[in-house]
Amino acid sequence: MLRKNALKYAAVLVALLILWQLLSMALKLSFLPPPAKVIVNLFIRFLPEISVHAVYSLWRVFAGIGLSMLFGIPLGLGMGYFPRLDKFLSPVVYFTYPVPKIALLPLVMLIFGLGEFSKILMLTMIIVFHIIVAMRDAALGIPKETFYTLVSLGAGTVKIIKKIVIPASLPGLFTSLRVSLGTALSVLFFTETFGTQHGMGYYIMDAWMRVDYTDMFTGILVLSIIGLLLFILLDVAESTLCRWKTGG
Amino acid sequence: MIEIRDLSVTYREKSGVHVAVHDFTLQLNRGDICAVIGPSGCGKSTVLYVLSGIITQYAGSVLINGEPANPKLQRIGLIPQNYGLLEWLSVYGNAVLGLDVMGEDIKSDEPYINHILVKIGLQAYRNKFPGSLSGGQRQRVSIARAFIMRPDILLMDEPFSALDAITREEIQDLFLNTWSENKVSTIFVTHSIEEAVYIGRKIAIMSPAPGRIVKVLDNPLFGRDNLRMIDEYYRFSMELRSMAKEAWSAC
Repeated sequence: MLRKNALKYAAVLVALLILWQLLSMALKLSFLPPPAKVIVNLFIRFLPEISVHAVYSLWRVFAGIGLSMLFGIPLGLGMGYFPRLDKFLSPVVYFTYPVPKIALLPLVMLIFGLGEFSKILMLTMIIVFHIIVAMRDAALGIPKETFYTLVSLGAGTVKIIKKIVIPASLPGLFTSLRVSLGTALSVLFFTETFGTQHGMGYYIMDAWMRVDYTDMFTGILVLSIIGLLLFILLDVAESTLCRWKTGG
Repeated sequence: MIEIRDLSVTYREKSGVHVAVHDFTLQLNRGDICAVIGPSGCGKSTVLYVLSGIITQYAGSVLINGEPANPKLQRIGLIPQNYGLLEWLSVYGNAVLGLDVMGEDIKSDEPYINHILVKIGLQAYRNKFPGSLSGGQRQRVSIARAFIMRPDILLMDEPFSALDAITREEIQDLFLNTWSENKVSTIFVTHSIEEAVYIGRKIAIMSPAPGRIVKVLDNPLFGRDNLRMIDEYYRFSMELRSMAKEAWSAC
């Protein structure tokens, strides 16, 4: 099963590379280098140069998503489980969610400076909403009959949250994390184009300025691989933590 | 011992106030098993929800062993209609959920837990998740959970209604068998007259909504071997059926 899937993914990867190669040969544009050149460049440059940028980007994504989970999970589950909290916080979420947080980047940088914190805060400000909304809906979606068994066993709120609300909402968390991951990488790229000399965003933009398109594509490739690895990480985490859902 | 006196429960709905149960009175001795039959929507489940502490707003008195019904005071084994399994716990995790929630030492009870699991035919499924089980197997887990916690009272809400005929008979026998080993005061709610005759020592007939008890009978056939093979079973079922019909049409 796993091997079959791996083969399928490898086939798609090869097809994409062939498409890239064909486009590059057909268009003969200076800014579309052939894949082989980019991949060779990746092997030469990754360890001495790109790896530092990759580590910076990874750390920012992890910190941003981690902080979002730290605040978003309890807030969202709380809103879903306690109607009073929902009544109070829902309007706040309703009005702040549609504000395009990325437009606040200049403001955040004015307040918190150009350093790491501003970048991680930007990521958190965007991702936390996805998680709050997904967790609230997940907790709200638990059928009320699910609680009956525990209530009839005399369980209090803490036990009900631990035994039902958290595990029942976990699949919803993974879905929202998958959706958020794409957004997180885009936001990361954007924030890394300001006030830093580290990170894949900086590396790609710097290569572009230097008119080194092979480097630029290498950066894009690395950022994509980072996304892919995070996706795989989510899959592994889900199949471990939600074994009941993924069939164990 | 279960004593329910003049129990009334009303639900507030958008369309107005709905009286689910009105002046419901029923008494059950320790170690007795009572089947409550009534038409759909007569408030059968409501009575069980009051006994198990899920519904706390009611009028009248509901006592279990002399104390007001409260799951924090009594051990209540509830087998709800949908079996009430937690999908994220294994069969074993679900079976010991009662002990777990009550903070009891599961390890020291392991021999008894294993005895019940073997008896109920779940030993081979210990580590499976409910999602991969059939209806009959899920029902077995629900029964195991109720017996493993050694409840003061056992409440069953049409537990066999979703099963196919063959599985239903098998699980009914399994239930009676386990019950006779651990005689727990049991209230068993059903809309099936044959099931009431098969399982209840006492049979209580409920009126349509707002539900109350119209008649309580002692079941002369309770505990007879091979009940399904004898004519009296069908004769008594027919008798009961006409009694129920009368009660349900009179209201």
